[in-house]
Amino acid sequence: MTDTALALEARPSRLSKFGKWFMSDLRGAISLSFLVLLIVVSALAPWISPYSPIAQDFDATLAPISGAHWLGADDLGRDTLSRLIYGGTASLYASFLAVFVAIVIGVPVGLLAGYLGGWVDEIVSRVIDSFLSFPAIVLAIAVTGALGIGLTNGMISVGIVFAPQLARLVRARTLVVRHELYVDSARCFGASTGRILWRHVLPNTIQPVIVQVTLLLAGALLAEASLSFLGLGIQPPNASWGAMLARAYQNMEIAPEQMYPPGLAILFTALAFNALGESLRVALDPTMKRR
Amino acid sequence: MSLSRKRSIIVRRLLQAVPVIVLATFIVFGLLKLVPGDVAVTLAGDNASDARIAEIRHIYGLDRPFLVQYGSWLAKAVQGDLSNSLVSSEPVLSSIERCLPHTLLIVVLAMMMALLIGIPLGIAAASRPGSWADSFVMTIASLGVAIPNFWLGMLLVAFFALDLNWLPATGATPISEGFWDAISHAILPACALAAGGIAEVARQLRSSLVEILSSQQVRTLHAKGLPPSSILWRHGLKNVSVNLLTVISLLFNRMLAATVVVEAVFAIPGMGNLIVNGAIQRDFPVVQGVVFTMVLIVVTLNLVTDVLYSILDPRIS
Repeated sequence: MTDTALALEARPSRLSKFGKWFMSDLRGAISLSFLVLLIVVSALAPWISPYSPIAQDFDATLAPISGAHWLGADDLGRDTLSRLIYGGTASLYASFLAVFVAIVIGVPVGLLAGYLGGWVDEIVSRVIDSFLSFPAIVLAIAVTGALGIGLTNGMISVGIVFAPQLARLVRARTLVVRHELYVDSARCFGASTGRILWRHVLPNTIQPVIVQVTLLLAGALLAEASLSFLGLGIQPPNASWGAMLARAYQNMEIAPEQMYPPGLAILFTALAFNALGESLRVALDPTMKRR
Repeated sequence: MSLSRKRSIIVRRLLQAVPVIVLATFIVFGLLKLVPGDVAVTLAGDNASDARIAEIRHIYGLDRPFLVQYGSWLAKAVQGDLSNSLVSSEPVLSSIERCLPHTLLIVVLAMMMALLIGIPLGIAAASRPGSWADSFVMTIASLGVAIPNFWLGMLLVAFFALDLNWLPATGATPISEGFWDAISHAILPACALAAGGIAEVARQLRSSLVEILSSQQVRTLHAKGLPPSSILWRHGLKNVSVNLLTVISLLFNRMLAATVVVEAVFAIPGMGNLIVNGAIQRDFPVVQGVVFTMVLIVVTLNLVTDVLYSILDPRIS
């Protein structure tokens, strides 16, 4: 047998590993499938949604569920299903944007603080503590007010608020990894700090980050819904799930059924992100498998 | 633990809390000041002359260096002066004095619900891991974490206020104007807020209880023939009470945040209402004042938790 064949046999491919995980973890598999479906539907929104999300039809004002409007219509006669699909695009975009900002700020800061130690670590840790000492959404509201109201600004604020959580996690992992033999030897061979962090420390801190990022996506989704509900997120006439709830709230006495589609969409998506995060935690952490 | 050691722990924690408060307010001050856009232009209104804008900038001290502005704000804040609202000219402190009781009432009520319901659920789940009771509690807990509080609030209003007419849908009454009236207004918002708390308490309690109940120490107690109930109460719960403290202080922080949106659903004139309007109107003193108050509350609570922690668990110094 050739060396390549041996290596192939010894290490199952990533795909087969994934397949095995997918079959063994029902909760994770359902969550992942649901999220993939959601992303596909969001990406295909212009082609699959029955109406334009902002097209008003005053004959269909607060229309109940019917063949023409599968989920009814809102107070301006806009089709709820179409707004739900487009709103999903906005809500997912918002969640990913916030978490992206959190990663871009949090991961490098955590790496540097943990690796450099000393006064850098001292200052960064104090800043992280301060950030974590105030209620996240309150800070996001304060920053959104300053940056200017809008979905992108709002989610950048949420990202800034989430960043310290990632920074703290990465810092703690880096503190462990930086004393490993392979890091010492890289340093002995004259590798630069940047290279050591990128090639040796980062890959070994990434697993808990992946789990946390998945959980943060759920948090970001709820934050988007909250900000848009308060009128600080997406602006009319555009739809997001939070904005749809705000609209449904105003018409709650006449058409209470309008609040179910966006609310359930948020609930199921947040559930899926959380469940996927928990599944990843178990799948990526060998010590958890025994429990 | 000797009294002097306790005192030294309290003093040390107090000293550690000061830089956190200063840094937190500095961060918010910086974020509010460093972003593009000039408050003075907004305040001066449309078509204001440059001279008028410069005058306004001077009146509000906006022309001074950033650090000087922060320093003078902090110096005044420490003395209880949070300056005046740019929009209504009302002192920020009196707005906060008016709004805070509404918010605290809801949060405290929600916390009581979270503990009263979450603790029994956690115990039920932990005493038979893997049973149907356990799966039931964990399912409820997953739902409680993922459900948007304000949507739950809307559902509660639709059902208990509009359909059944049991409780008022919106508004709030200060406790001073009638205890039961205040409580009846606060029950639905508190329920909306408590869902996540119940889930968190049940989950944390379950996981720490399961860990302790499967430890060597507890196995020995079983072998000695102790009844399971006595093991649960005397050895299990006693050990997890410390963890519960941490959960409570974290929860308080989270509930304080969530109340901002829940207040909007129930039209409660609390801190959330204050900061949202402040943010929309770019009324920075109000935003800054609300954040300062919330940081103060959270830091004080963390301080109390830390001190209680070191008293309950002598291993922590």
